[in-house]
Amino acid sequence: MNLQIRDTPATQTSSRLAIADCDIHPAVRKASDLDPWLPARWREHLASFGGGRRLGMQSGPAYPKGQPNASRRDAYPPEGGRQGSSLAFMQAQHLDPNNVALGILNPLKSGQGLANPELSAAVCHAVNEWQVATWTSQDSRLKASIVVPYENASMAAAEIRHWAGHQDFVQVLFLSRTAEPLGNRRYWPIYEAAAEARLPVAVHAFGYGGAPITSTGWPSYYIEEMTGHAQSCQAGLSSMIVEGIFEQFPQLRVIMVEAGFAWAPALGWRLDKAWRTLRAETPHLKQLPSAYMRRHVWWTTQPMEEPEPREHLLDTIGWMGWDRLLFATDYPHWDFDDPAYALPLRITDDQRRGFFLDNARAVYGVGA
Amino acid sequence: MSRHVLAPTSDIPPGSRKLFTVKGRPIAIFNLEGDFFGMLNRCPHQGGSLCEGVVTGLVLSSNPGEYTYARKGEIIRCPWHGWEFDIRTGQSYCDPERIRTKAYPVDTASGATVIEGPYVAETVPLQVEENYIIVDV
Repeated sequence: MNLQIRDTPATQTSSRLAIADCDIHPAVRKASDLDPWLPARWREHLASFGGGRRLGMQSGPAYPKGQPNASRRDAYPPEGGRQGSSLAFMQAQHLDPNNVALGILNPLKSGQGLANPELSAAVCHAVNEWQVATWTSQDSRLKASIVVPYENASMAAAEIRHWAGHQDFVQVLFLSRTAEPLGNRRYWPIYEAAAEARLPVAVHAFGYGGAPITSTGWPSYYIEEMTGHAQSCQAGLSSMIVEGIFEQFPQLRVIMVEAGFAWAPALGWRLDKAWRTLRAETPHLKQLPSAYMRRHVWWTTQPMEEPEPREHLLDTIGWMGWDRLLFATDYPHWDFDDPAYALPLRITDDQRRGFFLDNARAVYGVGA
Repeated sequence: MSRHVLAPTSDIPPGSRKLFTVKGRPIAIFNLEGDFFGMLNRCPHQGGSLCEGVVTGLVLSSNPGEYTYARKGEIIRCPWHGWEFDIRTGQSYCDPERIRTKAYPVDTASGATVIEGPYVAETVPLQVEENYIIVDV
């Protein structure tokens, strides 16, 4: 056995419990996979001009990822193609052995962030069609996210209304680093459409806003981007709360994806303290900022904070509420959390079931 | 503890590695320039299959801005989260005092010795003229 001193996972059974995985990244095998749903006008455009993103003169990610396609090296499908591009291999390597009963697809290489607004909308729509044709219609455990061209709110809202009521779509997907802070009024038509469709809005780390990951300029190292998602998502979430979107759209639910969660309690305390003294500046807020978080916001777990001792997590989750966390692996990405190892703590059966499955079922309205 | 014959040494040329299951345990065997090393193929962090990681070296720094590259080919990096382990000892580099993956003693023996025994060689056909990789488990 290993000679590690770290606490061993509490039980192997956690891996056999049915789980929800609220952050799975499907990939296309080749760019032309989207062609069936792209009008000739846009296929030709992509062939001639490509799809420039809102990142200045840059192609590829802002920081090199350290692993190919930011993915596990053991997740290449045997039939070829990049990690996450094969349903059969995803089933064999992940969904079946980890007993995933509900898997939420979050396509990251979609039309989101493309600078050309109509192209962005067209590719987002094609990716939504592709999710149904290639994934959710082939495996009923999988549910899709409506990817929307969020920098153009009217187009994004139209995309939501197109799919509203479709059983395979369970949320609307944003990336976190938008051109303006997430609560800005330019995005409100998207929140309105999501609330109307009773779909939560998931905000996944990364994006193409053009601003640095930190609020003080471009850092030198990838580790600073990995860690910086926490601060950038705190800024985005603060904006959503303070701008009043939860007053305007009381049905709206928000899920913060892949940005950590241990920062949430401290952000709530900080906001509450400041708001008590500054209430008159934002009188549209009727409750403490943390009350909106407690009622409207959820967090996916991966990449889990790993404090030592791990028991610190019990305090952190207690401050947030055990109903707030949605288990996620990030498969097939390299910072994957294995359900058998992710929560090596003694907790009650109710807490474990909520953390791994029931919280997600409640948020997404997907039953057993 | 028993001695297990895994494969002819020619199965794992220098610079390569191979995964075996011995007494139900996944054990990765590495060949570093003719010397063989074994480690439990389970990352102590979250269980990633170490054998499928990248073999690399060790970037070291005495001060910011000063770098050396050492131990080329002697470090395995987990395919999931990139934790680095010394192929020779199983020691980690993110927390070397406390975290390691179990190393297994690996030896080689001639076919004649192996045929004489006592070894466990259930699935390996033995020939006098070959050399074999042996692991103690």
